[in-house]
Amino acid sequence: MSFILDRNLYVPALDAWIDPDGPKPRAIITHGHADHARSGHGAVLATPETIAIMKVRYGVDCAGRFDPLRFGEVLSVDGAKVSLHPAGHILGSAQVLVEAEGQRALVTGDYKRLPDRTAEPYEAVACDLMVTEATFGLPVFQHPLPQDEIGRLLKSVADQPERCHLVGCYALGKAQRVIALLRDAGWERPIYLHGAMIALCALYEELGVGLGELFPATGMPKAAMAGQIVIAPPSAIRDRWSRRFPDPVVCQASGWMSIKQRARQALVELPLVISDHCDWGELNQSILESGAGTVWVTHGREDALVYWCRQQGLEADPLALPGLDDDGGEGGA
Amino acid sequence: MKRFADLLELLALTPSRSRKIAALAQYFAEVPDPDRGLALAVLTGELKMRNVKPALLKQTVLAEVDETLFALSYDYVGDLGETIALIWPHHGAKDLPRLSTLVELLNTTSKAELPKVIGGLLTQAAIHERWALIKMATGALRIGVSARLAKTALSQMSGVDLQAIEEVWHGVKPPYGELFDWLEGRSGRPEIDHGSRFHPLMLSTPIEESDFAKLDPRDFSAEWKWDGIRVQLVLGRSGASLFSRTGDDIAASFPDVVEAAMGRAVLDGELLVGHDFEPGSFNDLQQRLNRKVAAPKQMAELPGFVRVYDMLFDEDEDIRALAWEARRQRLEAWFAANPQTRMDVSEILRFDQWADLAALRRQGADEHGHEGVMIKLRTAPYVPGRPKGFWFKWKRDPNVVDAVLMYAQRGHGKRSSFYSDYTFGVWKGNEIVPIGKAYFGFTDEELKQLDRWIRANTIGSFGPVREVNKELVFEVAFDSAQRSARHKSGVALRFPRINRIRWDKPASEAARIEDMDAFVG
Ligand SMILES: [Zn+2]
Repeated sequence: MSFILDRNLYVPALDAWIDPDGPKPRAIITHGHADHARSGHGAVLATPETIAIMKVRYGVDCAGRFDPLRFGEVLSVDGAKVSLHPAGHILGSAQVLVEAEGQRALVTGDYKRLPDRTAEPYEAVACDLMVTEATFGLPVFQHPLPQDEIGRLLKSVADQPERCHLVGCYALGKAQRVIALLRDAGWERPIYLHGAMIALCALYEELGVGLGELFPATGMPKAAMAGQIVIAPPSAIRDRWSRRFPDPVVCQASGWMSIKQRARQALVELPLVISDHCDWGELNQSILESGAGTVWVTHGREDALVYWCRQQGLEADPLALPGLDDDGGEGGA
Repeated sequence: MKRFADLLELLALTPSRSRKIAALAQYFAEVPDPDRGLALAVLTGELKMRNVKPALLKQTVLAEVDETLFALSYDYVGDLGETIALIWPHHGAKDLPRLSTLVELLNTTSKAELPKVIGGLLTQAAIHERWALIKMATGALRIGVSARLAKTALSQMSGVDLQAIEEVWHGVKPPYGELFDWLEGRSGRPEIDHGSRFHPLMLSTPIEESDFAKLDPRDFSAEWKWDGIRVQLVLGRSGASLFSRTGDDIAASFPDVVEAAMGRAVLDGELLVGHDFEPGSFNDLQQRLNRKVAAPKQMAELPGFVRVYDMLFDEDEDIRALAWEARRQRLEAWFAANPQTRMDVSEILRFDQWADLAALRRQGADEHGHEGVMIKLRTAPYVPGRPKGFWFKWKRDPNVVDAVLMYAQRGHGKRSSFYSDYTFGVWKGNEIVPIGKAYFGFTDEELKQLDRWIRANTIGSFGPVREVNKELVFEVAFDSAQRSARHKSGVALRFPRINRIRWDKPASEAARIEDMDAFVG
């Protein structure tokens, strides 16, 4: 069977690549994470939020041209249609639906289904061919409720008021989500940020996602940081940067943190299982809901999900796309 | 169970030793009997659940989970218990029963019924309780907690000396009601037959050349320092035990030694391997130590024996308060009365002046590779711990090599943000090949300086490990060098430590692999 999309995620009808690895004349970008959005394309089609994120991260002229497409709007090119649908992963993240030759092909990008007020809620899209991520494509991944994980963080802060909690988060998406979860759980005190977080938090605020009072973490007297929460990139929380805080509790917010051996290896004292991706059950549910007869699996543990799809009687293949990091890379999982 | 699961998780993830001890002490102080005693048994590896085996757990989970998906998951997670805890597909919302109820349930359920019972518990439990449940049931904790850490926490909780706790440890059994009663002052110290328990060892302190001027050689006796492991052989009414210096019973690894022992006593000595009381290398001994249960072939090729140098109990009589000289006489008389085939008595070295002993020590090192000599005060009683002025070790001068820093790794705990764990090597042709690894041995100032150097000279990163420019020379001291097929250099150092950083020395002047040949005995 031939598809309107090839295995490099090139769409001939639109002469465009979806999340290409290197510079292309025309690219459709699902979301702003570095393993999906790269600079140097001729033209970029994406949601206005994703375009704003790319401009903050790579500079205003990181692409030759930007073509914003809002969720639900349809762009028609010579009989082919393209539309973007919320993926629930981070602000502006989209699933790309291409319709041509009577066929519907969906590229999910990264996605999650749990509610998150920092991202537009996930929308199930019917399709014939589904290209799904599989970051957490093993049945050992059953994500707990993020509210419960934030509860564990706040309990630890209350139990150890003399220590500073450093929460390792990727700068785009996870950081803002953790801050929002903290606010929704009633944490009203200022939250302190590593320098790498500041610009993107400001952008989220600008785009209407309230994050409360945020301060730079550097330059604060050490003693004043007891009992505070600091959000920093995972690389900083175990590095010399962390020495400026009183007796820090190293925390990390990631779907990987459900595996204790992994948390131990990473020297994480308080693992928080907060993921920006679907867990195993949600991947299964999404595939079934889409009605797709063919599933291409990429970005993670393809083997198990391909095996499962075939068990369900679906056509399924792994897609080895270049440039996508195994462990969610900057996507942060 | 929730409380115990929380404790296990904290122990698994907290890098700080003192925080682990504090958490354990708090748990033991607050949790009622018998749960706390059972928790103690789990942590010290004393709780045996005969029926819960990995195969049974696997069978339980494979009834609910596709086999291929399970295999892929296990492969990814790497730990059977953790894989089962994470993959179990059913979720209830009740708390698990208390630890003692669980232990009883698992111990009284028939093998045929166990999969159903365990499945029910897994469904009932939250994910981290499942993890704790499986760890507890299989006894395979793998969370980096030693029995000693648990006992240290008991000491901290109660104010009772750790030595005293170790003394009674081998005479008390789960759930340790008697032990907690004593620790909390409700009853006296548990009465224990010495014949089944470990008695903490007397240890030595290093001696410096300058100390000898203050010591009269006539007050002291000397023996070779043997290159095996320190053991305590307890020959009691109900059988024999062979304890390591930390009180672990290693009798199962050395049935050849234990079963051949005649008579009753508590003896202190060195475990060695070799034919006809001729000690082999430490490497030979290590092969035996690596096996929890001895293999007949190994026992024939590498027979074990104990070189005895002290006696704590003569039959049932506690002679630890006697002077060394008197104990030695008792020991020799006991050997005369109880002929042995796998034990001998450590030889006394004759000397009049310290200079004589120095000559003997040099000769012993050169001709027989002896580690050094032990010097013992003739009038000293046997005192557990490291009393000053009774036993000295006089090691031969350390071997020293100038090696080049290759990799640095972040340390743990307080030093976790510094690079404090180093791999170094020597020249082999035009490349540097690794010969050993050692931890930080410097002042804080040096550590910071070194940390800066490492960050500025990193040429590659692998997780917590950094590869650096091969430009910095360490002076590395070590006890001995051995041939090693596992090392690319073919040489492995025993007890390497970093003497100093040779900021002044160019890497080109570091040692070559050929230089190491002189150290390999
Ligand atoms: Zn992403």
